[in-house]
Amino acid sequence: MLKKGLILIILIAFAAIFLSLISSFNGNTELSDLGSYYAKNAPSEVGAANLVTAVVVTYRGLDTLGEVVILFLAAAIIGLLLKLSKDEKDENSRMENVRATSEILQTATKILVPVIFLFGAYIFINGHLTPGGGFQGGAVIASGLVLLFMANPNMKINHRLISFIESISGLSFVFIGILGILLAGGFLDNKIFELGTFGKLLSAGAIPLIYIFIGLKVGSELSSIVGTLNETQKEK
Amino acid sequence: MDYFNIEYISIVTGFLLILLGLFAILTQKNIIKIVIGFSLFDTGIHIVMVSIGYIRNRTAPILDETVNIKDAANQIVDPVPQALVLTAIIIGLGVTALMLAYVLKLHKEKKSLEIQNFSDLKW
Repeated sequence: MLKKGLILIILIAFAAIFLSLISSFNGNTELSDLGSYYAKNAPSEVGAANLVTAVVVTYRGLDTLGEVVILFLAAAIIGLLLKLSKDEKDENSRMENVRATSEILQTATKILVPVIFLFGAYIFINGHLTPGGGFQGGAVIASGLVLLFMANPNMKINHRLISFIESISGLSFVFIGILGILLAGGFLDNKIFELGTFGKLLSAGAIPLIYIFIGLKVGSELSSIVGTLNETQKEK
Repeated sequence: MDYFNIEYISIVTGFLLILLGLFAILTQKNIIKIVIGFSLFDTGIHIVMVSIGYIRNRTAPILDETVNIKDAANQIVDPVPQALVLTAIIIGLGVTALMLAYVLKLHKEKKSLEIQNFSDLKW
């Protein structure tokens, strides 16, 4: 009873804070100074049509590197935490009494998964022009893998291949950043290539390249998370 | 003042989602539901942040042919909160995946998902 009362008090206190925040909220009418700086200068400085991409990849590129590292740490800790011992692994591979999934799902998966992978690649290659980017594209690629797991629960993913892709793309990301120090203004500066025509696919300097590597890295990290979780839940 | 504008609706929805998530974290007994509560809390914060950056009658911060590049600062919504939310979504995803991995590990230990069965650290 006391516990329920305390929970109620906490919720009411939060609701009061939020209510006062809402009542003082008038809706924005102007961009913030930082936002209008980005709106004015990003087309000439960065050359990316998508300003969110310009902020994420170039102006705050170091934060994005940290973000990718956090995601990598999450994937690595999950892999470490759910690591199966040798005999558990054998036991899992012997468990074959899982009911086969429906034929509709299996056939649809065969048709849809390549399209989903292609769509993910499209999203991260066009990250500087359209809504999207490396993180979104990587998540779409991992969702294709989830569909594969649903159609075929006993599927094994190749962890070695995934960690190879992930480390290569992570290293390339950092390497491009260091090239920015040597050839352009600073770490992760995108002007190591020509900025190109504004609004074209091959524009915005190194941003498409960086987003391809981020997309591959995020896609492989999320795939390894999904794969590890899937392998562990098979034990009975 | 008109409270039925899209920025008010979305900010109120965001705060309601935060409260709902907090309620789930505090009251639910099943660990998976607690993780879902954290996820709702996250989503609520994201909606609040995006609606703070929203400006009425303006378009997304993407400078395509619908936006005049010279006058972009008066035609687009704030890109900074959106970039922050993009970061926050990824971090939230990592945290949720990590929590689910801990839940799997806990379930392996005691074959139970009820939070009151895990009282080892309770004094």
